[in-house]
Amino acid sequence: MQVLPNITIEHYLGLSAVLFCLGLFGMMFRKNAIIIFMCVELMLNAVNLALVAFSKIHGDTDGQIFVFFIMVVAAAEVAVGLAILMMLYRNMHTTDTDQLNSLKG
Amino acid sequence: MEKLVSLIPLFPLIGFLFITFFGKNLSKNAAGALATAMIGISFILAIPVFTTQLHGAHPVMVKVLDWIHVGSFHVDISFVVDPLSTLYVLFITGVGSLIHLYSIGYMHEDEGFHRFMSYLNLFVFFMLLLVLGDNLLLLFVGWEGVGVCSFMLIGFWYKDHANNDAAKKAFVMNRVGDLGLLLGMALIFIQCGSLRYEDLFINGSGIASLGKYTTLAAILLFIGAMGKSAQFPLHTWLPDAMAGPTPVSALIHAATMVTAGIYLVARCSDLYAMSEIASSVVTWAGVITAILGASIALTQNDIKKVLAYSTVSQLGFMFAALGMGAYTIAVFHVVTHAFFKALLFLGSGSVIHAMGGEQDIRRMGGLKGHMKTTYWTFLVGTIAIAGIFPFAGFFSKDQILAHALENNMPVFILLMLAAAGTAFYMFRMFYLTFHGDFRGTHEQEHHLHESPAVMTLPLIVLAIASTVGGFMGFPHAIGESIHFHHWLDHFLDGTVVLAHSHMSAMTEILLALVAMAIAGGMIYYAYTTYIVKNTMALEDDEIPAGIHRLLWRKYAFDELYENIFRRPVDQLSHGIQHWIEDKALLMMVDGTGSAAKGLGHWMKGWHNGQILTYLIAIVVGLIAILYFI
Amino acid sequence: MLTEYAFWLLSFIAVFSGIAVIISKNPVYSVLYLIMTFFSIAGHYFLMNAQFLAAVHIIVYAGAIMVLFLYVIMMLNLNNIETEKRHNIIKLLAVSAAGLLLLVLSGAVQKADEIAVSGKVGAAGMVENLGIALYRNYLLPFELASVLFLAAMVGAVYLSKKNLNETQSA
Repeated sequence: MQVLPNITIEHYLGLSAVLFCLGLFGMMFRKNAIIIFMCVELMLNAVNLALVAFSKIHGDTDGQIFVFFIMVVAAAEVAVGLAILMMLYRNMHTTDTDQLNSLKG
Repeated sequence: MEKLVSLIPLFPLIGFLFITFFGKNLSKNAAGALATAMIGISFILAIPVFTTQLHGAHPVMVKVLDWIHVGSFHVDISFVVDPLSTLYVLFITGVGSLIHLYSIGYMHEDEGFHRFMSYLNLFVFFMLLLVLGDNLLLLFVGWEGVGVCSFMLIGFWYKDHANNDAAKKAFVMNRVGDLGLLLGMALIFIQCGSLRYEDLFINGSGIASLGKYTTLAAILLFIGAMGKSAQFPLHTWLPDAMAGPTPVSALIHAATMVTAGIYLVARCSDLYAMSEIASSVVTWAGVITAILGASIALTQNDIKKVLAYSTVSQLGFMFAALGMGAYTIAVFHVVTHAFFKALLFLGSGSVIHAMGGEQDIRRMGGLKGHMKTTYWTFLVGTIAIAGIFPFAGFFSKDQILAHALENNMPVFILLMLAAAGTAFYMFRMFYLTFHGDFRGTHEQEHHLHESPAVMTLPLIVLAIASTVGGFMGFPHAIGESIHFHHWLDHFLDGTVVLAHSHMSAMTEILLALVAMAIAGGMIYYAYTTYIVKNTMALEDDEIPAGIHRLLWRKYAFDELYENIFRRPVDQLSHGIQHWIEDKALLMMVDGTGSAAKGLGHWMKGWHNGQILTYLIAIVVGLIAILYFI
Repeated sequence: MLTEYAFWLLSFIAVFSGIAVIISKNPVYSVLYLIMTFFSIAGHYFLMNAQFLAAVHIIVYAGAIMVLFLYVIMMLNLNNIETEKRHNIIKLLAVSAAGLLLLVLSGAVQKADEIAVSGKVGAAGMVENLGIALYRNYLLPFELASVLFLAAMVGAVYLSKKNLNETQSA
């Protein structure tokens, strides 16, 4: 199943998986909320990549439309998320997730 | 004409429903009249149905409704019209309507009058269902129905705790018997594939396929009869059942319901005729009960208790007859007993009514002058039960004795003893109640009066029936020599198994004379004791230890059952409560709770507010999901 | 041939800069590496003939989102705030969890050959086709997306207002 000459869908899915796992790893590895945020973006983009690859091999636009909407949601999410982050920093003076544990049950 | 039979149970049911739902708008007289009229209509309908069977039995099954059709199991609400059932219907509705009439007077002051009347109607409905049903299952419905009505009516005055206890006792004792009946029915169904009399007895012999289970089935059915008809060892409920109003005692616990057991055995007479062992079990249970009841009745001082033990004893006579194969004679005794025992109970009710609720014969005496009708009718009943010619009890009892003499000497001797005892205790009660000086309070003496006409009229009718009722069963040998046939035997021929008698007329006459001489001797003994010597029945605490006290304590059966059954069950229950309920079950319940709590505590540890922890949980879950996909 | 090299090159850049995002100490570097990742992903989009998406991707992510990130980092002065490190066990845990996931995912990807494909290869990524699909089949989600944006905007403004309590009480 060729997406590009000599490049199959597995290549793209593999790349997407690697990027996704990188993002996930980053989320667990780092404590800074900003970096964690960036890792979320990275994961979203990994998914986008897989979707575009699917769209390409299926030859229709639906996959790309999904990507489009994911971007929309991501943009909205970033706007709100960063606003929350600023609020947090203003009140707690930190972006260290280990100290943001007031949800403790 | 036979189709009319389907209407017979309908009227009591209508009466019950009407009085239950619309009774509040009726006056007491109207409700009582309605209830009585319903039974009266049934009685009138029963007459033409009965006459269809007069000239030889030709049983007819009248189907009313489909009931249960499952696989090969077919049972309908269907009535059987044959001599046995129509005879029962006739005396149930006849005696029943008289007792309804009587109740109007007896219960007039009671606030639960409407309830009482509706229960009585319901009882008659179930009783008719019991005897009319053409299969054992419908019989069972009626059986349970009369049991429930009996329960409700014994505990009619439910504000007194003792009455409720008596009702519960009757119900539980009956339940023991009902289990036997149910098992017997199950056994018959498994072996024969049907519960209809038509398949079992009438058309050939369905019961023949019982094979080696014949005896077992017969005994199981008899256990049911034992419970309902208060036979030893399940007899203790009947005397306690006297807690109910007196008309109830007359209708349910003397005339009709308690004879359901005899009906059952007579209906299944083919089955009992096939089993020697079962028959002798029936005989001996009957004999033991007869002698037991008669001996206890000698020492009782409650007018209704005496009659109750007398009923127990007479039922024993009937079962003895059944066991010896004299099914028609047993049914004969049922009918005559229904007349004179209903009469005696209603008479005692009249006395209790006059005495303002007093039931102790030691507090009575000299009522003869105050209540003429009651006195004379009661005398008729007493003579009838004592077995003096030509009153009804003489014929039936004498034939049971004759049959015993022919078949089984020990049974004869014991029954003779019981009969002698019967004559004595009945006249003892009679003299203490009606003769001598009045021993009650002044207030009671002032209040003494004859009962109203609605109460005395049934007494008179029943007295007439008790006088002439015996002639429908004139003894065989004597009857043949004077061309007066044993009508009942002929009538029931083909429905129940007939006993064959080879007695000569001479023996029968001799036996009758001997029996009457003994009864007369006992009456004379009672006369000298209580009239001439004017001896008084002993007060409770004066009764000497020994046999007298044992009899007075009713052979301590209640205490015995208390120790054998109630105590161990009680202790078992306590044990179960303590060990199973409090310890084991509580441990399980508490364990479930604390397990959930512990799980919660443990899970709480994961909710530490750390994003990392949540994230790891998500990843682990994701891996698991993807892996299993 | 050229596209094959391009794929490997872009993939390498994407993964390399992805790793760099995670291990950079300074968040500003992280942001810059992330932008690099996004550019390489946009390159992939180009390769797959999704030009419009590539353009939008760069505009939205690199142009808007990452600028927002930078802006926040600068404003909060987070450049060198992170000094303490994760515990080693947690690092190990993170590595093994992510590795395991990658393993499972690649196991799933192995079966991707079986996907049924229509086979038509067209100008799926061209602006015209995308526009037709978006404004015809996906009109309602498109409009809803705009409402979502509006809500996000209002939320963001509201959240970042200073002295929230005072404004509320006022």
